Amino acid sequence: MRFSGWRVLKEGLTGNKGWTPHWRDPEPQPEYDVVIIGGGGHGLATGYYLAKEHGFTNIAVLEKGYLGGGNVGRNTTIVRANYYLPGNSEFYSHSLKQWEGLEEELNYNVMMSQRGQIMVYHNDGQRDAMVRRGNSIINQGDDAELLSRDALREMVPILNYDNARFPILGGLLQRRAGTARHDAVAWGFARGADQRGVDLIQNCEVTGIDIENGKVKGVQTSRGVIRAKKVALAAAGRSGQAAAMAGMRLPIESHVLQAFVSEGIKPVLDHVVSFAEGHLYVSQSDKGGLVFGSYLDFYSSYAARGNLPMVEHTMETMQAMIPALGKAKLLRSWGGIMDMTPDGSPIIDHSGIEGLYLNCGWCYGGFKAIPGSGNAYAHLIATDRPHGAATKFRLDRFRDGHGLMDEEATGAQHNLH
Amino acid sequence: MRITCPNCGERDRREFYVKGAALARPDVGAGLDEWHDHLHLRDNPASETKELWYHEMGCGAWIEVCRNTVSHEVVSTRLASGAELGGKR
Repeated sequence: MRFSGWRVLKEGLTGNKGWTPHWRDPEPQPEYDVVIIGGGGHGLATGYYLAKEHGFTNIAVLEKGYLGGGNVGRNTTIVRANYYLPGNSEFYSHSLKQWEGLEEELNYNVMMSQRGQIMVYHNDGQRDAMVRRGNSIINQGDDAELLSRDALREMVPILNYDNARFPILGGLLQRRAGTARHDAVAWGFARGADQRGVDLIQNCEVTGIDIENGKVKGVQTSRGVIRAKKVALAAAGRSGQAAAMAGMRLPIESHVLQAFVSEGIKPVLDHVVSFAEGHLYVSQSDKGGLVFGSYLDFYSSYAARGNLPMVEHTMETMQAMIPALGKAKLLRSWGGIMDMTPDGSPIIDHSGIEGLYLNCGWCYGGFKAIPGSGNAYAHLIATDRPHGAATKFRLDRFRDGHGLMDEEATGAQHNLH
Repeated sequence: MRITCPNCGERDRREFYVKGAALARPDVGAGLDEWHDHLHLRDNPASETKELWYHEMGCGAWIEVCRNTVSHEVVSTRLASGAELGGKR
C-alpha cells in the first residue's frame, strides 16, 4: 500500500475502508541471517537499510514490548547536524542528509520540519565558540549562520534578551535543522522494513545470547530459541543488560533524561531554540504545546521518570529565558533511559565476538541519529567494515584514550556527561 | 529522592553530588586493562546497587548509598570513609 494525496482523497470519500495494517505480525522463524535486538528507531532503521541496501532477505527485529515504545517515542524530536568534533560532525551530517530524503524514501509522512535550530549565546566566550563551530560546520558542507542580537530578535522576538545574568547576545542558526514526528519515524521505518520482508516480532524479549567458541549462534527469547548468523544489539538504555547476556561489560551507565510538554498555545516559537546557560532546548509542536528539556538527572536510573530538582531547574530556566510563557501550564513530563558513555558519544562497532555487533551509547542524541545510525550499522553488519561516516564510533577508544569525542570538554568520565 | 546522611540524617537529594558506582580503586601499579575496567566498564545494574554520593551542601562526607536504580528507593547508607568499597561496577 502506497500513500498519496490521491489515496487520502479516495479513502476519505469511501469511508476509509481500504486502509490495511502497516506491517505484518509474523511468528518468529527458527533461523535468521540477522537478528536485531530492539525494535526502536535504530533497530528498525537498521533492519530497513540491511534489506534495502545490502540485499538481506532473512532478518528479524525482536522487540520486548511494542515497536517504537522506548526512547524513539520519548524524546524532544530535534534533528540537527551542528556537532563540532570530528567523528560526531561527519556522522550527524550524514544523518541529516538521510533525514532530508526520508519521507520520499519511506513513502511516509514523518512531518520533517526544517524550521531551523538556533543556539543562543550569552557572552563573548560563547560567541567565539559559536563562530568556530559555525566555520567548522560550513567547512564540512553543512549550513550555519551567525546571528547578531538584532537579527535574532527580529526572528525570535519572544526570548528574554535582557536577563541580568544571562543576556542574549545572538545565536548560531542552522536552517536545515528542525524537528520530526518521532512516532512516525519508527512507524515509517517499521513499515518500510516489513515491506522488504523483515520480520518485526513484538512481545519477544531476548533472555540469552548463544555463543559457541567465540562465535554467535543465536538468541534465547520469551518466544523460543532463534538461531542467527549475526546478532545486532540496538537496545538503547538496556544495552548494558543486553551485552551482559553475551558476557560483556560496556562503558555505559544508564541515566534518566526528562522531557516536558506545556498546554497548547497559539504559535509563538517558529524555531528550535537552545540555550547554553542552564542548558535548555525548546520548540513548539504542531499542536501548540511547547516541548522542552534540560540536563540528565545525573544518577543511574531505569525508572523512566525523574525527580523534582531537575523539573524545577528546567522550569526556572524556561522562566528566565522566555518569561512570556511563564503562565503556560505544564501538561506532561516523562523520562527516557539514556545509555551514557564516558565521553558522551556513541558506539557502532564489532563486539569482539564473531557475529555480534554493538550499536549503543547514544546518550541524549539518539533521535537525530536514527537514519544515519541505521544506515551505518547496516553497513557494518553486512560488510564487517565501518561505514565511512561512523569510523570513529569505536568501542576501544575508552581503553586507548585515542579518538575520544568529548563535545562538552568535561573529560571522558562517567558522571560528567 | 531523599538520602540519609549518616552524620546529618535524611536530607533532600539537592544537597548531594553523585559520583557513580562505588568501586574498589586499583593499585597504583595496576595495568591498562585494570584501569580501563575501573574507569569505564560498568555492570550498570537494573537493581539495588552501591554508589558514592558526596554531601556537598552538608557535612562534606562521602557516603556509600545502596539505591535501587529501578524504583529510586534508597535502601541503606554508610560513611564511605573506612568502608571497603567494591560494589557492582
